[in-house]
Amino acid sequence: MKTIQQCLQERILVIDGAMGTMIQRHKLTEADYRGERFKDWAGDLKGNNDLLCLTQPDIIKGIHKLYLEAGADIIETNTFNAQRISLADYHMEPLAYELNFAAAKIAKEAVQEFFADPATNKGGRERAFVAGAIGPLNKTLSLSPDVNNPGFRALTFDEAMSAYYEQVKGLVEGGVDLLLIETIFDTLNAKAAIYAIKKYFSDEAKPELPIMISGTITDASGRTLSGQTLEAFYTSVMHAKPLSIGLNCALGASEMRPHIEELSQIAACYTSAYPNAGLPNAMGEYDEQPEQTAHFLEEWAREGFVNIVGGCCGTTPDHIKHIADHVRQFKPRPLPVLETAL
Amino acid sequence: MPANTIKPYLRLSGLEPLVIRPETNFVNVGERTNVTGSKKFARLIRENKYEEALSVARQQVESGAQVLDVNMDDALLDGVKAMTTYLNLLQSEPDIAKIPIMIDSSKFEIIEAGLKCVQGKCIVNSISMKEGVEKFIREAKICKLYGASVVVMAFDEQGQADTLQRRVDICERAYKILTEEVGFDPQDIIFDPNIFAVATGIEEHNNYALDFIEATRIIKQKMPLAKISGGVSNISFSFRGNEPVREAMHAVFLYHAIKAGMDMGIVNAGQLAVYDEIEPQLRELCEDVIQNRREDATDRLIQFAETVKAKDKNEVKNEAWRSNSVEERLKHALINGITDYIDQDTEEARQKYPKPLDVIEGPLMDGMNVVGDLFGSGKMFLPQVVKSARVMKKSVAILTPYIEAEKEKLRAAGEGQATSGAARILLATVKGDVHDIGKNIVGVVLGCNGYDIIDLGVMVPADKILETAQKENVDIIGLSGLITPSLDEMVHVAHEMKRRNMKQPLLIGGATTSRMHTAVKIAPQYDNGVVHVLDASRSVTVAGSLLSKEQKPDFLATIGKEYQKLRDDFGSKKTAKQYLSFEQAQENRVAIDWNNYTPPVPTFTGTRIFDNYDLNELTNYIDWGPFFIAWELHGKFPAILQDEKVGKEATKLFQDANELLKKIIAEKWLTARGVVGFWQANSNGKDSVFVYDETRKETVRLEHLRQQNKKAAGQPNFSLADFVKPAAKLSQHTSSPFTGEATDYMGAFAVTIQGIEPHIKKFIENHDDYNKIMLQVLADRLAEAFAELLHERVRKEFWGYAKDEHFTNEELIKESYSGIRPAPGYPACPDHTEKHKLFNLLGGEQATGITLTESLAMYPASSICGWYFAHPQSQYFGLGKIQKDQVTDYANRKNMPLEEVERWLRPVLEYDA
Repeated sequence: MKTIQQCLQERILVIDGAMGTMIQRHKLTEADYRGERFKDWAGDLKGNNDLLCLTQPDIIKGIHKLYLEAGADIIETNTFNAQRISLADYHMEPLAYELNFAAAKIAKEAVQEFFADPATNKGGRERAFVAGAIGPLNKTLSLSPDVNNPGFRALTFDEAMSAYYEQVKGLVEGGVDLLLIETIFDTLNAKAAIYAIKKYFSDEAKPELPIMISGTITDASGRTLSGQTLEAFYTSVMHAKPLSIGLNCALGASEMRPHIEELSQIAACYTSAYPNAGLPNAMGEYDEQPEQTAHFLEEWAREGFVNIVGGCCGTTPDHIKHIADHVRQFKPRPLPVLETAL
Repeated sequence: MPANTIKPYLRLSGLEPLVIRPETNFVNVGERTNVTGSKKFARLIRENKYEEALSVARQQVESGAQVLDVNMDDALLDGVKAMTTYLNLLQSEPDIAKIPIMIDSSKFEIIEAGLKCVQGKCIVNSISMKEGVEKFIREAKICKLYGASVVVMAFDEQGQADTLQRRVDICERAYKILTEEVGFDPQDIIFDPNIFAVATGIEEHNNYALDFIEATRIIKQKMPLAKISGGVSNISFSFRGNEPVREAMHAVFLYHAIKAGMDMGIVNAGQLAVYDEIEPQLRELCEDVIQNRREDATDRLIQFAETVKAKDKNEVKNEAWRSNSVEERLKHALINGITDYIDQDTEEARQKYPKPLDVIEGPLMDGMNVVGDLFGSGKMFLPQVVKSARVMKKSVAILTPYIEAEKEKLRAAGEGQATSGAARILLATVKGDVHDIGKNIVGVVLGCNGYDIIDLGVMVPADKILETAQKENVDIIGLSGLITPSLDEMVHVAHEMKRRNMKQPLLIGGATTSRMHTAVKIAPQYDNGVVHVLDASRSVTVAGSLLSKEQKPDFLATIGKEYQKLRDDFGSKKTAKQYLSFEQAQENRVAIDWNNYTPPVPTFTGTRIFDNYDLNELTNYIDWGPFFIAWELHGKFPAILQDEKVGKEATKLFQDANELLKKIIAEKWLTARGVVGFWQANSNGKDSVFVYDETRKETVRLEHLRQQNKKAAGQPNFSLADFVKPAAKLSQHTSSPFTGEATDYMGAFAVTIQGIEPHIKKFIENHDDYNKIMLQVLADRLAEAFAELLHERVRKEFWGYAKDEHFTNEELIKESYSGIRPAPGYPACPDHTEKHKLFNLLGGEQATGITLTESLAMYPASSICGWYFAHPQSQYFGLGKIQKDQVTDYANRKNMPLEEVERWLRPVLEYDA
């Protein structure tokens, strides 16, 4: 089977779309979230989407399959908040490893079942990859939550690093093919995740899995939430030697374009982009239509900005299908030549 | 597509990147945030005055430090805690945190504590083989995990390298270990080959500076990607207290070290002297010491040092530019938008140059070229460019009479011939449309780039545009429009251009236009080039490509191909979306439980006029966001005022706006007029709303359109009619549908800002585009503010269904309130022709002070109208595309020919009409 590096040399790969948007469609109740195992859990669990890997695995697997059918080459595990720091909201810290392990298994099974069934894999694709999704944490290492005390931090680097370490362990042991640090709005959080990944593979003496890194430019200032420019952000995570660097979330494709263009110029590795389905409307909903999103991404593909494309908030299998159809014809951005002399 | 190449530069970052390229010259590392080097900083840290200690860092950044060295090595301090506290605090100061940090300590636990606080890519200063290779490797690996570059001291188990050979040997050994065993990128290695004090009186020290410089040269030769750094002030340690001499020594030392390849150094960023500016005698003495070129060098420098006193450093006066040549002054005035001296400078230049035209083609164009370049590279922003244009226009206005006289003289002498001159671009807002702010901005920007602009203004019929274009022999035609019917008019103009066999390329711009529409609808009408231009800044490159004989064919061919692709996509993708039949869509209306809803009763029915509304009150409701967008400054208000890139310009613009606003109010330039009306109303349970006009004793039937795309389960297909209660029983006879009293209400409003024309004229006469555009943008903002204010009063007072509502202006802008005010022609109800009914209900032109053009744009341009819906479930939505079954039904309901309805609704039709 081809490695992801081989696939990336041949064509633009497609990553899946929003998980949350798809879960919402199921209109799950508190009872659905709890399932049998957590029916007596103290405190609400509705909204704890990552928990569904344990209580509603079939729904999650079903969503993975819809994205695979739509043409996704990379699907993300349902683990955006699955580390002990975010899980503390639900008092579920001890479940961190288990959630990640289960999420990885479900995604791998979805891929296996998809390829085993000739009725679903119509395009004759060879393989798909499971990316272990590592989210940004609900606390930040560079920003103070207390405006009167800007030097205060709600979290230490070591706490963030060990939470990520546990998540990485669960994802890798559950069988993911890649690790994806995504929706980075504080680069120091991402650096803790990079540290954790490098440390895990070094501790276990295993070969390192490819790392994808995807930051978030939050608004028109062109900076991350923690204030870095795009190039500063990339410079700060270069040491991960990532497979790809990219952007996702916060912006629609139209607003993301100048940033992905810049990134395509400076990145020494592959580039990825999975924007939201436009900007939210007055109701907080995303209403950019699949063909609209696809047109933007097609233009990026034509311009040679990207190697991996897909969707974030508000995107659906329909968006991914359109994106996949539109970028298929274009050659991927060639990997930059790394010079060895000044 | 060729692959990019990435150079192996040392890349660092704070909030912003710092890339060290061969041409970077020398990187200043600020040294004062060091408890061992700065008494003041040490005291502040010891006394726990961390906030105050930030000012030391800020001073270094302001003085030009590109990296900040932070050192907390003091026996009396808890170094880990001090480093953590200070760096965390520092991260919250964007003006400091923008540059990379050099974490400086001899204790590795303090370094690691620092690395845990900084998101950017740091430099660790330092690690070495002083305590053996094993520790060196362990620490280097940790630095690598945090992604830091490292300073490696030329130090090993035997001690610090103090000879040239030891310096080079140790660095080579460390390089090999780092690159081969630890996996460091060579460009992330920075050597510090030890700067020691010279002129100490000890003879062995005399060659230290030369040894460092020579070591630098050899190391850079052997390991070209590695960098060289050092603590520069060490060199002058024996002259402590004599800053002028120390500064001179540093400058001389750096002059040679940098030439040898030194990349960066730890310096007091505020106090770097310039080599050429050092007093020659002192410089010579320093050269003797640094280069160790005479035995008595030290003594001579000491002798001289006693005579040196600190020089006063005068601040450079702001008006210094006035002493430059007239060309330089004109350039300065253009770039900085200063009109104060333009009359006298222009006159001076006119007398200096042989012909008045030479002034324009010489210094003025040179200046504007700089402006164009700065704008193109994002170093100047639109408001500045418009100010530059004002300077240009004023200067040209002074020269014009002389140029005319010159021409007259030539004509009289029989030498007259048409001057070829600059390329001419014709701009016009198309027939039926009154919006021209964007077009004016494009005109100014193109004008700044040396084009001759013919601006025909607004509501220009196709014939006039094309006749003028032919008569004036223009090179490019640009059309602008804001409302959707303008799109059809542009198609018409393109069609006419073909019929007239014209050759000029056609540019399309304006808020309602798009690349897709241009490609699909306009471009096929005309063969000699149709290009959609996204904004003013793009107009320059597009015009440039079109006017260059070499570039034009390729440019148009590329655009042609792109547009063909868009057309193909448009053709093939249209059906990708699923639609419901109109009947199915009607069945999926918004589910509102009308039985448990008591429609609120307005305090009056009929209309009420608000004339001459207090402008002061309106200013509190202004949404400044779109104001900055109009000027092509992007960012949220008020954050944009602090924005790193555009903040300064935005603040200036905002001040100018407020000044003009004050003047507008104080001198009563503009007046605000509004009308609000409420009427009994019911829907027919489908898509029509019947409104009872008491004044005319008649029922007006409003027609709405319904979303027809297939929705997710539970999502309704919206129509504005859904937000009005259906009549209990409707009479079959549509002209009088109410069987009894109506059971719900609807409202409408129109607001306008009047009186702008004479002031616009005055600004035009004054060649003041800046204030002309400013006035237009402000009038628009006032109209929007008025609409917002009236809507609030409607909710709280007139309709009174939200008496207790309390929203800030920000919340109002975010539309947090209950009820909506959609305008005909906008996404929820894109049919402009319903505006006729709205205006009739409100009392027509007489009551509203607004006239409607044939495209149903409102004049004055700063006008807004809309319907009011009160039901809490009412919401804004976009209609999306609709199908023929609905359009046919709609045409029947409106009693309008299908073709006419299709013409008005073209942008929302899902099919080709």
